[in-house]
Parts: sequence; structure tokens; C-alpha cells
Amino acid sequence: MSGGVQFPVRVAEIEAVSPAVKRLRLERHDGPSLPPYSAGSHTVLTLEARTLEGGTRRIRNAYSLLGTTLGGGPAYEIAVLRSPQSRGGSVFIHDQLAIGATLSMSAPVNLFPLHRTARRHVLVAGGIGITPIAAMARELAAAGQPFELHYAMRDEASGAFAAELAALYGPAMRLYVSQRQERIAVRDILAHQPVGTHLYVCGPERMIDGILGDARIAGWPDSALHAERFLAPEGGEPFAVKLARSGIATLVGEHQTLLEAIEAAGVDAPYLCRGGACGQCETPIVSADGTLLHADHFLTDDQKACGKTIMTCVSRLRGRELVLDL
Amino acid sequence: MTLSFHAETFRDDYTFANSPAAIRAFPFPFDRDAYMYTVNIEQHVPGPVQSATEFPIHIDEHYVAEMRDRAITLAEDPLRCQSLPHMMTAEWDLLELLMTSMATHYPAHFTLSRDGDRWHWINRPMDVDQTFTFGDVSTLPQGPMEYVTRQCQGDFCLLDQREDNLWMDAGMVTSQADWSLDFDLGMNFMEWHAPVPLAHDLGVFERALKFLLNLQHGCPVRRLNWTMTINPRLDTSPENYHRWGIDKASVTPENVGDKVHLRVELQALWRLPRSNAIVFSIRGYLIKMDELVTQKKWARRFHRVLASLPQPIADYKGLGRFRDTTVAWLSRHDDGLPTSPGFAPD
Ligand code: HEM
Ligand code: FES
Repeated sequence: MSGGVQFPVRVAEIEAVSPAVKRLRLERHDGPSLPPYSAGSHTVLTLEARTLEGGTRRIRNAYSLLGTTLGGGPAYEIAVLRSPQSRGGSVFIHDQLAIGATLSMSAPVNLFPLHRTARRHVLVAGGIGITPIAAMARELAAAGQPFELHYAMRDEASGAFAAELAALYGPAMRLYVSQRQERIAVRDILAHQPVGTHLYVCGPERMIDGILGDARIAGWPDSALHAERFLAPEGGEPFAVKLARSGIATLVGEHQTLLEAIEAAGVDAPYLCRGGACGQCETPIVSADGTLLHADHFLTDDQKACGKTIMTCVSRLRGRELVLDL
Repeated sequence: MTLSFHAETFRDDYTFANSPAAIRAFPFPFDRDAYMYTVNIEQHVPGPVQSATEFPIHIDEHYVAEMRDRAITLAEDPLRCQSLPHMMTAEWDLLELLMTSMATHYPAHFTLSRDGDRWHWINRPMDVDQTFTFGDVSTLPQGPMEYVTRQCQGDFCLLDQREDNLWMDAGMVTSQADWSLDFDLGMNFMEWHAPVPLAHDLGVFERALKFLLNLQHGCPVRRLNWTMTINPRLDTSPENYHRWGIDKASVTPENVGDKVHLRVELQALWRLPRSNAIVFSIRGYLIKMDELVTQKKWARRFHRVLASLPQPIADYKGLGRFRDTTVAWLSRHDDGLPTSPGFAPD
């Protein structure tokens, strides 16, 4: 159950689309083709990264799927930003992963879907947040649905796929380069939209909050606002975890997530997004000797405060030991 | 597997009957001697050979007759099949799911050949041979959902997912237990379930919806639901209540075995890949009391379930006029012995 269907894939192409972003093409190598998916879907890659000590460490990261393969096909594509402060998945992909390497990839899951009854779609991306947004543009263009695309980046060079997208969508696409002091003027953009327009934004946390905040001030209902916060789980101080039902005790390392530690101990725990959004990994707490560091977007503030459950994919403990009902 | 299809009717002279094999394959819905609403969702994985869950889409001896009955119902009331414009991608997803499953598991009866977008579908029992372009509506005689569900047993609803809810935006519903697609079309999960008693307070729908919103492609789930029907009638719709409602008054101690049917719905849910919609299939099975009591365990257990059924559930399912008569009749088949755990007959 946990991660659902897994496909064995081989890295078929690696291309640097900007200094910090690589595009990966992943082909299924056991025969049947990969299923079609809808724009906004992500997949979870299982990476066996080499550690400094010479061992391997299993990292599972979620990546948005690029483009759409509505027809299914032999390959999926993702784009990965090198982020040195992350737990090592992106650095591993950038520095160690080579063409021909084999990986395990989960079936697509869509937690950021297009709203199919919308009359018009406003797409906003910041930085690497372009990956699901570009897939949406492609699907909307293919279906002949009205949309516009706003893409913000630090400098011209860092904007992955910018030239390609500009060539495809021409006047429906606008670039904003922050080095040139260009900012997305959400209020102006939203002021002229017909009733029934939906807004989608993917990018850094601060950008999402700013754009949704402006949209709400402009009177937009929450039901028309959609965001994907690609929360990369962060490491932290190590702590002990005990699984009350299975009687397993293990340690969560500083570069490991709680979920990864549970999996490394041989327990097939539930998950979908591995980014604190879907709610699938919510796990009841028996006791916590320390402070819970909730990092998800799923639990309400009240739920976080009462500390009955934890989202194992992104949250952790600062303290000695966490006992879970698992 | 090669099936032989019955020539039988689900209206007028009601000649429908189950073979002994179909009785044993019947998806009896009670695993204990009492019933209450629960979030009874499980993985839709293959069940035992020759059971209703052996394959994801179950075709059986009633296939041809059920499809004929559906055509009659649709001819009288085309609104049993409806789809909102944004559901076209989901319709194609559904066509792919049903055709590939039927062709894979019943190759003697169905064949699907795909050459890119050029598809060739052969349905031998219904004498259909159709070449079409996947994704091009103009190459099929009806929309993709209507086309494929006129050739597949069970009712189907297509649910669009948005605003953290599921919306009934398309469906083919001709054999429903007294609810109406025309009425529910465009409603969300909580709205169309509003008439159900008790379950809302038990939190059943809240938990079920939360689970379904995260349903994954490739990991379908199923659940069983049940009611009772007088005469083996498929079309027990509110639209035609005037035709079948009156039958409830016709049950007597003498005719229970023949007239009273347990009606079980094997409901399965799949995430669809292109549309991110969910398909909800409602595969109905009918069994008359005379057939049911051929399985001793089922006779004992159904007697106890029906006798102890909470009144609000009995009222909601519309069993009032014949429940006592049926319980009395079943009591003759209940010797009071303990029943074994699980659904299967002994
Ligand atoms: C998403 C797909 C589903 C659809 C389209 C659907 C549709 C319906 C409809 C139309 C009814 C009849 C309501 C009426 O009286 O008008 C119903 C009843 C009911 N549904 Fe669902 N349902 C779905 C999923 C579920 C799930 C997952 C559960 C799980 C607990 C559930 C539990 C029930 C129950 C307990 C009833 C009352 C049935 C009875 O007592 O006969 N449904 N459903
Ligand atoms: S796996 Fe989605 S919230 Fe943890």
C-alpha cells in the first residue's frame, strides 16, 4: 500500500537546462509503458545515495512531472534543482547520478490538479516551481483552454525552460527577472480576469504566501486559489524512535527523515507526497520525550499544538525519544 | 474463461435466475451476524478463482441480458446517462480501463487491438466490431462513456476531484437502488450522501472522502453495499417508482422464496490517469431467497442480520413492508448454530 505502484526506470538522458537545474529523462526498463498522467502530478524517486563512509543511504524525494504524457509512453521527465542545504537527494542527482543508472519511481499522484470547470487559468511559477506549471500550460494549450503564464526567476540564466516556453506560448507568457527589479504584480494581473478564473502558483514559500495574500485581498475566494508548496523535508538533530506495535526501535539520523528511518527499519509506512501536504503519513503518537517540530501543511495549528499525531515525512522531534503507534 | 449467457428478463415475466456456480460466486456482504455502516473499504485485489472479485471487472452469465435491459431503460429515459462537458477526458480513461480489463480477462469474448490511437474493439457476445480513434469522439457511435458502459455490466459514476471533494459529473445509471443520476448530477460527495441515516454521525463519510481524495492510480479499492428488491428488477429508480414500488406489498409467506431478493453492490473505485477523476463502479448482484438458503451459513446469517437491523437503516433501504414476513420465512432456515467467520459459504 504505502507508496503504491513502483516502476523500475533507467536514466536515459541528463541535460543541464540551467547552471543549477538538470532535466532527467527516465525510461521504464522492464517492458510495459508508463501510464499517462495529468498535469500537476508528481512522482517519488527512490535514490540509493553513497555516503561519505562508503555505505549507501536510501532517500525518497518527490518531483513534479514535466510536460504531460497524456498518451502514456516509454519515459517520464523531471527537473531537479541543486540545493546544497537539502538532505542530499538533489546533490546526489547532480553529482553522482549518471546515464544508465537504475532507480525506482512511484506511479504518478496529482495533488495539484487543474480545476476542470474553470473558465480561465492564471499560472504563476517561481524558479524551479515552473515544473508543474509548465505541465499545466502544455495541457491547457493542447486542450485549447484559455490561460496565461507568469514566470519569475532570479536572473536570466537561472530560468529553466524560459526560452522554450516563450517560444511555445508567446504573448500568453511573461517573464519576471528579479535582478532587473521585475516583480509579478498580482493585483494588476487579477484585476482583469473574468469570473470563473482560477489561479495556480508554485514556487518558494514566501512567493506563494505573497501571491495568495494579494489574491485574497483582491476578493478572490479560496476555492479559486491553488498552490503547490514543494516542501523539501529538512534534516535536524538525531533522535530515537520506537514503534509501539511492531516493537521496533531505531534512530533518526541528522540527514534522515522520520519516515525514511521507519522505512530503513523495515516497516512499510504509508505516504504519498513526502512533502507535508497530502495527509497520508499522519501517525498517532504514543509519547514524546522532547518537543515536536511540526513542519507540514496538513495539520491545523490546534492539531499541531495538541500533539496527538505527526506527519512522518517532514516533521521530527527535538529531544530524546518519540514513541509512535505503528 | 468461456461463459454461456442466459436468455432472461429483469422486467415483465422476470425469468432471471442464477446457476449453482453463480450462487457460489455471489458476493455475500455479511462477515458477521449483524450489520452497521462502517468505512468498509479494502484493496480491489484479485479474489478467489470464480468469485465476483477474481477479475477487476466481472462479466458473468447475466451479461447479455443485463445489457439488453439497460438498452430498454435508456430508450425510455436517455437521462440515465449524462456527462458534463469537462468530463470528456475521464470518459476516455473509463473506456480504456473497461476495454483493456474485459479483453485481458475474457479473451474468448472480447478483443482489443491498439495501434497507437487506432483501436479495434470486438465484443462477440453483443456482435460488435468497432474501429475508432482513441480521443476522437466522432469515430464512435456514442460518447466514450456511453459506448463502453452499454457493453459492460454495472452502473458507473465518474467523479471529478476539485476543492477537496468529489463531484458526480458523469454517469451511466440504469440499475440503481432508488436514487437518481439526473437528481445527483453535479452534487458533491457529502451532498449526494445526505439522505443516508446514521453514517454521517459515525464519521463514515468524512473518513471515506479523505481516503478517496488520495486514491492512487494502480491501487483500486472496493466495498460492498446491499439492499433488498422485490422481483429481480434492475431498474428500481425513483423515476419509475410507480412501476415497482407497489411490488413491495405483494410479498406473502408463500412467495418470499421466489420474490424477495438480496441485492448486493460490489462497488469499486479507480483513479483515472489522464483526468485525475475517479470512476465508481456499482456492479449489482441479485439472489432470491430460495437460492440464498442453498448455502446454510448465508441463510442463518442473513436471518440474524435482517432481524437485528437498526430501524433507521431498514427504513432508509425501504424494507418496511416485507421485512417481518421475510424474517419469519428465513427463521425456518436458521437452526441457531454458530456461523463461521468471513463471507464465504461453508
Ligand atoms: C465516490 C463514490 C461514491 C458514490 C458515487 C456513491 C454514491 C452513493 C449514492 C448515490 C447513494 C444513495 C444515496 C441516496 O439515498 O440518494 C449512496 C449511499 C451510500 N453510500 Fe455511497 N457513494 C460513493 C462512495 C461511498 C463510500 C466510499 C462509502 C464508504 C463508506 C459510501 C457509503 C455509503 C452508504 C453507507 C450508503 C447508504 C447505502 C444503503 O444503506 O443502502 N459511499 N452512495
Ligand atoms: S506523505 Fe504526504 S503529508 Fe506526509
